[in-house]
Amino acid sequence: MFDIERWQEIFETLSKNKLRTFLTGLSVASGIFILVILLGFSKGIENGVKSQFERDATNLITVWTGVTTKGYKGLNPGRYIQMKNDNFDMISQKYEDNIEHETSLFSIWGAEITYKNETVNYQVRGAMPGHQFIENADMETGRFVNQADLDETRKVAVIGRKLRQDLFKDEDPINKSISIFGMNFKVIGVFIDPGGEREEQQAYIPITTSQKVFGAGDNIRNMLFTVKMSDDFDEAVALSQNMANSVENEIKLMHTVSPDDTSAVRVFNTLDKAKQIYSLVATIQAVFWFVGIGTIIAGIVGVGNIMLIIVKERTKEIGIRKALGALPMSIVGMILQEAVFVTMFAGLFGLIFGLGLLELVGPQIESDFIKYPQVNFNIALTTVFLLVFAGALAGFIPAYRAAKIKPIVALRDE
Amino acid sequence: MIQIKDLHKSYHMGSNSLHVLKGINFDVKEGELVSIMGSSGSGKSTLLNILGMLDEADTGNYTLDNVPIKGLNEKIAAKYRNEFLGFVFQSFNLINYKSALDNVSMPLYYKGIKRKERTDRAMHYLEKVGLADWSHHLPSELSGGQKQRVAIARALASDPKVLLADEPTGALDTKTSYEVMELIQGINDEGKTILVVTHEHDIAQMTKRIVNLKDGIIIDDSKVEQVRASQYV
Repeated sequence: MFDIERWQEIFETLSKNKLRTFLTGLSVASGIFILVILLGFSKGIENGVKSQFERDATNLITVWTGVTTKGYKGLNPGRYIQMKNDNFDMISQKYEDNIEHETSLFSIWGAEITYKNETVNYQVRGAMPGHQFIENADMETGRFVNQADLDETRKVAVIGRKLRQDLFKDEDPINKSISIFGMNFKVIGVFIDPGGEREEQQAYIPITTSQKVFGAGDNIRNMLFTVKMSDDFDEAVALSQNMANSVENEIKLMHTVSPDDTSAVRVFNTLDKAKQIYSLVATIQAVFWFVGIGTIIAGIVGVGNIMLIIVKERTKEIGIRKALGALPMSIVGMILQEAVFVTMFAGLFGLIFGLGLLELVGPQIESDFIKYPQVNFNIALTTVFLLVFAGALAGFIPAYRAAKIKPIVALRDE
Repeated sequence: MIQIKDLHKSYHMGSNSLHVLKGINFDVKEGELVSIMGSSGSGKSTLLNILGMLDEADTGNYTLDNVPIKGLNEKIAAKYRNEFLGFVFQSFNLINYKSALDNVSMPLYYKGIKRKERTDRAMHYLEKVGLADWSHHLPSELSGGQKQRVAIARALASDPKVLLADEPTGALDTKTSYEVMELIQGINDEGKTILVVTHEHDIAQMTKRIVNLKDGIIIDDSKVEQVRASQYV
């Protein structure tokens, strides 16, 4: 295998049969190249979809209410269902074991927020401490709203990065006073949200403060819960779907809403949606794999076919070589070494070309659903070796048979 | 150099058995130039194949340079072919993608000789057959006579004990045939043992001894007055 004379002989043969070498190489290189691109994009889609869900917690259950569309127990349709603190507390206690983080919200859209001469109109949300985790928010500086803020209805605010840039420019906002509709709030922190600028223009204040200063009594607009994740994804989905269903029923019961009314009380289960999207992604990946493996099989068949033709074409040469004193195993070795070298070289070429293209084009792709297309290098390398092995096997059988032909028969083969 | 005693060979095709060689006895001494003649089906090619270790006899003894050739496996046969024998074929059998030089150095490659020495020796034999200027040409760029001379150079390259030529002039015109025979006679003059299978009488007359085969037995084996090919060229 490492005999330099042998390699010289092989390079000579390959370079003098350029078309044959090129065709063998092309079928291998294109197979690997297509597989790498397909796997890269399937990973890109997975990354893209995952990042869509990373904006908020994936195991989120959101509850909001609207107007009834059906009459029920003597009540007319068209009633607005208003959730109260009691509703939240009741759900919170009942599902204590399943809930990881929780918050109720009372938000004001287009609130006028002022610092010195700068005024902007962004959303202000009254929230609980758990909201930080539900939004996947990180603190840039300072802290989020805490329980003590809620208990004492403190006038404190946590502002988004975008909001800080708009109001404070380069100034440190901590402990500065901003005004919301003319009421002063002390800034206690700046948050970063993976949801991007839209989320980062908001300000959070304690929900108790929100209800008080905006005159909402004990009204709330939304309830958000995250469900404790179990290790088994399907189990987690089932659990959160169960909880979503029973929360919906509880609230309908409390507000005397028809169980068939789909617009008065709405519960959105992110995990269930995530499961659907992930299974879609898995299907896409399976299809990509299927096509990729098909391509590889086509490559293997191509290599096998070419090897058969090569051996057939070289039967006479094999006879000549044997008459000149070549050992049968050296004939098999020669053909195999050629096959392995060409498939390996072409395979690695296709691999590097594919990886290079992904590396080059990947960052240029501006799509929410394809992000960082990349390939598991080991998988790609394994397929190269698989192809090399298959090429060698496809070459071995005819080569072995040819090497066993008596030289006189091979020479007569015109 | 070659001793053959009571050589038999049959081919079996299904239930039919074809007795091709029916007890061949003949010796070749070192430095002889022997032609084997016979019509097709006389067994002359089978005899040459057995002599060339491309085929094996059913019974009988074959000794080549005092080495008994018997029960050879592929590996040993290949080694002996490389060491003892040089082949010249009717259809030249050059490797078409290799230059004349590379074709000639092929048996040396299988002898395990290093590249530089291979090239030197191959070049020496190409000069000997008068084709030094054509060393880098492919067989397709050579005429029939030139191809056969390359093939002869290749057969000589490994310095074999015996040169076996199977209808070496069969694919050549008369003039070229005589040129090739002149070359073969010249090699024989230097002391190489050569066996030529042919069905052409004029070619056979250019050897020193004619063995006539018919239906698997030698019907005539006699020395002849050698006709020098040079007088026709």
